[in-house]
Amino acid sequence: MREFASPHVVTQPGPAPFGEDTQLKRNLLARHRTGTIWHALFLLALMISIIALTALIYNILDQTFGLVAIEVKMDPRELAQDGKPLEELTAKQLIKLLETYVSKGVLRRLKAEQPLEQRDREELLSLVYERVVQPKIVKSWSLTDSLLRRRGVEMEAAQKYPSAQLEFRSWLNPSFITRPQSSDPQMAGVRTAILGSLWTIAITILAAFPLGVGAAIYLEEYAADNTLNRIIQTNINNLAGVPSIIYGMLGLAIFVRALEPLTSGALIGGAVDPTTANGRTVMSAGLTLALLVLPLLIVNAQEAIRAVPSSLREAGYALGATKWQVIWHHVFPNALPGILTGTILSISRAMGETAPLIVVGASTYIVYDPYSPFSKFTTLPVQIYQWTARPQQEFRNLAAAAIVVLLVLLLSLNAAAILMRNRFSRRLI
Amino acid sequence: MAIPSLTCVKSLWNREGGFLLATALSAKSLTRRTTAAPPELRKKPRPLELLIQVFLFACGAVSILTTLGIVYVLGSEAWLFFRSPEVDLVEFFTTTSWVPAVGQFGIWSLVNATMMTTTFAMIVALPLGLASAIYLSEYASPAVRNVLKPILEILAGIPTVVYGYFALTFMTPLLRSIFGRDVVEIYNTASAGLVMGILILPLVSSMSEDALSAVPRSLREAAYALGATRLETAVRIVVPGALSGITAAFILAVSRAVGETMIVAIAAGAGPTFTFNPFKAAETMTGHIVRISGGDLSYDSIDYDSIFAIGLMLFLMTLALNLISRAIMHRFREVYE
Repeated sequence: MREFASPHVVTQPGPAPFGEDTQLKRNLLARHRTGTIWHALFLLALMISIIALTALIYNILDQTFGLVAIEVKMDPRELAQDGKPLEELTAKQLIKLLETYVSKGVLRRLKAEQPLEQRDREELLSLVYERVVQPKIVKSWSLTDSLLRRRGVEMEAAQKYPSAQLEFRSWLNPSFITRPQSSDPQMAGVRTAILGSLWTIAITILAAFPLGVGAAIYLEEYAADNTLNRIIQTNINNLAGVPSIIYGMLGLAIFVRALEPLTSGALIGGAVDPTTANGRTVMSAGLTLALLVLPLLIVNAQEAIRAVPSSLREAGYALGATKWQVIWHHVFPNALPGILTGTILSISRAMGETAPLIVVGASTYIVYDPYSPFSKFTTLPVQIYQWTARPQQEFRNLAAAAIVVLLVLLLSLNAAAILMRNRFSRRLI
Repeated sequence: MAIPSLTCVKSLWNREGGFLLATALSAKSLTRRTTAAPPELRKKPRPLELLIQVFLFACGAVSILTTLGIVYVLGSEAWLFFRSPEVDLVEFFTTTSWVPAVGQFGIWSLVNATMMTTTFAMIVALPLGLASAIYLSEYASPAVRNVLKPILEILAGIPTVVYGYFALTFMTPLLRSIFGRDVVEIYNTASAGLVMGILILPLVSSMSEDALSAVPRSLREAAYALGATRLETAVRIVVPGALSGITAAFILAVSRAVGETMIVAIAAGAGPTFTFNPFKAAETMTGHIVRISGGDLSYDSIDYDSIFAIGLMLFLMTLALNLISRAIMHRFREVYE
């Protein structure tokens, strides 16, 4: 329709077919003016979504980096020995520092965890920072403020926090990814949350992939067109529209409560984790998410299976293969790239889910990494939610940094799916 | 369970001849022939094949079990809730105060907040979504489409918790700077609703665009031939032709907004309040469920049962909306030959 839709041609000056009919011309002009205005409005509507996306990303990055005012209990410069700054001290000197400045009780506890002499220099240094220097972020500013209003920020810091030091901080840094959760925003990291997410997703894949592909194969290859199979198909489409929080409640009642012996690991025995809060484990969360993504996965897999040409099946049958041989050796391998693409997309959906996991019982605060399907867990989105829900600005910064981590993870998942799709479509041609 | 052996291609292995023989047999001819055929030509019983089929059927049946599970769980726990002495069914559906501590369970404060956020979301998502769809389907050149569509897809792929963060740290301060700090509370339904609109916009736009592109080209060409401008063609010919699809998209969008959780849990406020002021904090149904179940919830408390009653309401509302959307799609679809 684009070739025909060139309204400007009509408005071109020239011998009009209707001669000097000014009324018609004026009418036409008015219609085209309306057309142009609405064209601009339609484009504007689309631009608004682009603006929203830009604002969202800007807002997150704005909070991820910025100036912070840090107050210390003990100036590191005072801790320098023999003219050497704190960073260059040897392990022995660091132990001595710890023994002088840290209270007896704390020291005893630290020694009980691991004797100081056995720890390496890096660890001792961070201990000195944590226990002796005790830096504390008293205020943080956004990236925009830090860059454009630097002078104002400096004045504000000097006025309100005279003893504090102003420092540029990237909340997203390597130690943020490797540190466990902590109540001190400077020490907090997302390792527990990332591992929790990975454990949960692993369970989700293990449960949802075979079930989803099995159901798709049944519906596409076996199911006759009868009432029962139509009900299954309609039902799958309807399940895709159920709010995710409802799945969370299903998971809470079925996996956490009814199947508690199974999901807490009590039935398997030996694997029982004393710290688990009943059935609120990685296992329950993974299974809940599996149910959640199952409809999506089935629909995607069905499309992939439908795309396999039927000539392939007929050739298989003609050679005497049984139905399952045809499916397993011909249909499935050909549909696999499409199925995997759909699976990755479902997984990225599961990765970003928050509400069902909160209902199933993600832990609000754990510092230990999950190490089995029966561990307590938290996931990246849940961690973001909990940090966002806190009133202090520093936790908002942490949440922003965690969002960057989550978005990067999701982006790489989606990129993998797109790459796979492109490769697949090229092969078919 | 039906075993689809009828009229499918059967293959037979002729042992003596040693070559392959493939024949298409209908079920009727199969039964007739097996009586006459020599034993080596009879259909071999294949228990493993049957077993695989049973397993695959079981996979398909999991979805049915999921639905039954949802209905059973929500129903039975909600039944416990409605049966308990503190709860009065009439009060539940007619009063506006939800204070479990003193035994007041009036669902309307939660439903009202849900409707407020949904309304705001629709104010953003419906016009913008439809306008974007019209632009993408009727105006944009393929090159422009290839740039703009992925942006909408990215918007659709961002986790809702990120939108919640966006609502709290961007939209709320924005509203507060426009309308004044004393008017707009830190947690408010307007901010949550507006951001939810951005979240739902891609859904409306992509479903509407599908409906618009399903309208055949000949209709547009006829309109152009009659001298219609591009706008007139789009608005008077294409949009009415795709109306069923667009309506279905709108209803599905409402359903999404009603069930949306994280944005309202973060930005709309904690604590059920019955208010029509969009700048005041109010708790939606989903937000309430998240807040109550986020703590350590005892299984025998009335709080635990109450979230299932709210969940049942939520499930029925979204299910009804989804079914209506689907019915409109099928019933009123213009069939173009």
